[in-house]
Amino acid sequence: MAFYVVQFLTGLASAASLFLVASGLSIIFGVTRIVNFAHGAFYMIGAYIAFTLTERLSGAFGFWGSMVLAAIAVALIGVLVEMVLLRRIYHAPELFQLLATFGLTLMVEDLVVLIWGPDDLVGRRAPGFRGAIDFFGQNIPSYDLFLIVLGPVVLGILWLLFQRTRWGVLVRAATQDRDMVAALGVNQKWLFTSVFAVGVFLAALGGALQIPRDAVHHAMDLRIIVEVFVVVVIGGLGSIVGAFVAAVLVSELNAFGILIFPKISIILVFLVMAVVLIVRPWGLFGKPEAPARKTPGLTVNPWRPLTSNERLLALAALVIAATLPLFAGNYALTVGSEIAIFVIFAVSLHFLMSVGGLASFGHAAYFGLGAYGVAFLAKMAGLPMIVCLLLGPLLGCMGAAVFGFFAVQLSGVYFAMLTLAFAQIVWSIAFQWVSVTGGDNGILGVWPEKWAGSPSHFYWLALGVAALVTIALRAMVFSPFGYALRATRDSLLRTEAIGINAKRIQWTAFVIAGTTAGIGGALFAYLKGSVFPDNLGISLSVDALVMVLLGGVETVSGAVIGAIVYKALSIWLISQTDLSKLVLGAFIMLIVVVFPKGIVGMLEMLAQRRRKSSPPGSSLLAKPIESAE
Amino acid sequence: MSVAPPLLAVEGLTKSYGGIHAVRGVSFSLRAGEILALIGPNGAGKSTCFDMLNGQNQPDTGQVRLLGEETTGKKPREIWRMGVGRTFQITATFATMTVRENVQVALISHGKQLFNLFGSAPKFERGEAGRLLELVGMGGYADRPCGELAYGDLKRLELAVALANQPKLLLMDEPTAGMAPRERVDLMRLTAQIAREKSIGVLFTEHDMDVVFEHADRIIVLNRGTLIAEGSPAEVRGNPQVQAVYLGEGLVYDARHREGASA
Repeated sequence: MAFYVVQFLTGLASAASLFLVASGLSIIFGVTRIVNFAHGAFYMIGAYIAFTLTERLSGAFGFWGSMVLAAIAVALIGVLVEMVLLRRIYHAPELFQLLATFGLTLMVEDLVVLIWGPDDLVGRRAPGFRGAIDFFGQNIPSYDLFLIVLGPVVLGILWLLFQRTRWGVLVRAATQDRDMVAALGVNQKWLFTSVFAVGVFLAALGGALQIPRDAVHHAMDLRIIVEVFVVVVIGGLGSIVGAFVAAVLVSELNAFGILIFPKISIILVFLVMAVVLIVRPWGLFGKPEAPARKTPGLTVNPWRPLTSNERLLALAALVIAATLPLFAGNYALTVGSEIAIFVIFAVSLHFLMSVGGLASFGHAAYFGLGAYGVAFLAKMAGLPMIVCLLLGPLLGCMGAAVFGFFAVQLSGVYFAMLTLAFAQIVWSIAFQWVSVTGGDNGILGVWPEKWAGSPSHFYWLALGVAALVTIALRAMVFSPFGYALRATRDSLLRTEAIGINAKRIQWTAFVIAGTTAGIGGALFAYLKGSVFPDNLGISLSVDALVMVLLGGVETVSGAVIGAIVYKALSIWLISQTDLSKLVLGAFIMLIVVVFPKGIVGMLEMLAQRRRKSSPPGSSLLAKPIESAE
Repeated sequence: MSVAPPLLAVEGLTKSYGGIHAVRGVSFSLRAGEILALIGPNGAGKSTCFDMLNGQNQPDTGQVRLLGEETTGKKPREIWRMGVGRTFQITATFATMTVRENVQVALISHGKQLFNLFGSAPKFERGEAGRLLELVGMGGYADRPCGELAYGDLKRLELAVALANQPKLLLMDEPTAGMAPRERVDLMRLTAQIAREKSIGVLFTEHDMDVVFEHADRIIVLNRGTLIAEGSPAEVRGNPQVQAVYLGEGLVYDARHREGASA
């Protein structure tokens, strides 16, 4: 019995940090409507700075002072970020805001390694809370008890701040209707900046307070942000009480889940989240959101199928790409295969995101599931390659069918957060369930059979599949289903009023996109000869988003070009620098802020300007495949 | 023929929000080919009533029947499949698609081709889409992006979309709101003409009394959730209760119309 009580108290203690970070995210979202992906990064910087300060400043005052100082320092960094970056994208679509703040996260990950090194840092114990308290033979660290008290205290302070201060009243008013608050003469700029600073302060404080419990390391940002997303989805975005209750719930589920499913404890959290989403899609304490703003801010040219000339050009480009093995070496062919596989991955996300308007932040889950599907079939069942390639993607299909069912109940940022959380759950399973997946060591020795073994043969296989997939998905864009899918993206109200079951259309699109990603993953497993948890990791999901965005999120063929340019660039970049995340993060922010239409979007705009004097005839498909050579 | 159920029969419709009775025991019916206006001052319960007819809102008590078949409890998309088209007070269209594609989506849904993955949508019922657009006077705009249209044109497009499933009943929520006076007359004249030709029943709410009295065959008046009058335009206009509670400035209004009638 005492054991369970202690386990419960440990859960409560973990909830404190989680609550601080989640409430910060909620407050920022409430006012600015930005889901701050970089919140985990601020949490991490808070921990690192607090670590450095506690090493320098001695005594109890030094320790606790360091916590607060670190949080203030990070809040100041937050102010800078808000003024330089966020102010430029408040009116951009949600997807762009998520991506920009993700770019920031990537940069921070490299920066902390640059400053503090790659090793885990173990911080000092808190003065006055070094020992443990005996509870019927079980030990409870006294610092845990401190955290248990701290959580409700912070909740109380926040409540007073929002109920009793003029600033709090303005924040609550802006959460309800920020345009009205602006119309009443409130200086919105500084309101937003101060709210962002408070949110970041809470995140950094959460990070700093973790030092005595956990080592500081450079991957703690992604771990916390996924948990925070789960917390705000369960508790309701924008609700501080919701963040508190959900943080406790999630932490307790983790604490007890380990006892029930030691290997895959995260399943329990997923089940609870699924139930909450079915019963209250807007979270336990959230309010149903008004439909997300529909003005994309960018104009969309009507989509049309390729003309016969353009088809010929695309075919010619494909034929040229197919001649690559005649003059290129093995390394170039391997790179070519990888690019072809990423074209498959990118067009699958494009179908969901551009055609269906559902920006998934966890699309790699289905890519990775396809890869694992192949690995299971090839290594455990020993099936021939062609069978594995056909059946492997079905694992991606099944994953997409299950997760997609829940995900399409939501839209906008909730959809993005949920897909990310699902992907992270799949990743955790792959990572933790060592007996089946091999855990971190992955599954090795998934080599192609002889007929596809040589680099040139494999390249042709990958190129052929990529071409087929691209053509098939493009055909679907212009099929009756594709029209219906675009319709659900544009107006749910109208689709419902003309007899369309929008959720079923979106679910179908999710399954199609997931299966297609699985096909890419299946080929990827054979290309690399192995499968690792990273094949379904967050960074791969973001790669896909950036590829679509780079090509042009509002175009039909952008994903193909985006994948080719991005993949070639990043392979080159990794060979050139150790700080690829830093460069990549800066690159993402650059696209979002100054180049939101992407490559194809820009080309289309130029073509349209020229069209006024001459007839159309340019093919956008021709360029990418040439540049792949 | 007289024993056949009316196109639309509404009985004892009631809806409360907390302590507020938005709609209280409203009953009325509508025949095929008839144009019925639902009017009332702001907050009278028109929109609540309307939303309960097409399934966006569920009544606390009461029934809605379409040709004798119960529609209460059904979802908007199911009611659409029973032959009810609708237009919105604030237009809802597919902004990134062309005008023709907007109509084609409705035709695809009507033809139950929503899950057809490999057919050609641009060619789908292209002729029928064109005819519907011609019918509402939008034939020349077929290839324009819907997001570029003027508001009045969007309203006409909505009408074409609403006609795509050959409805028996059209529900139009403030069809002429936000339009210029000239456009209002044109749109309602068009609607009335289509309704009579195809024998479609039309129920519309409207604030513009010129539109109401000129085009409605019959008018029902709501006030504070209750039906206070029902009858031909002339009867409703002469109804002292309507003048008192609804028009408020009834005398001014009446005088203006007499002038209009004598001119």
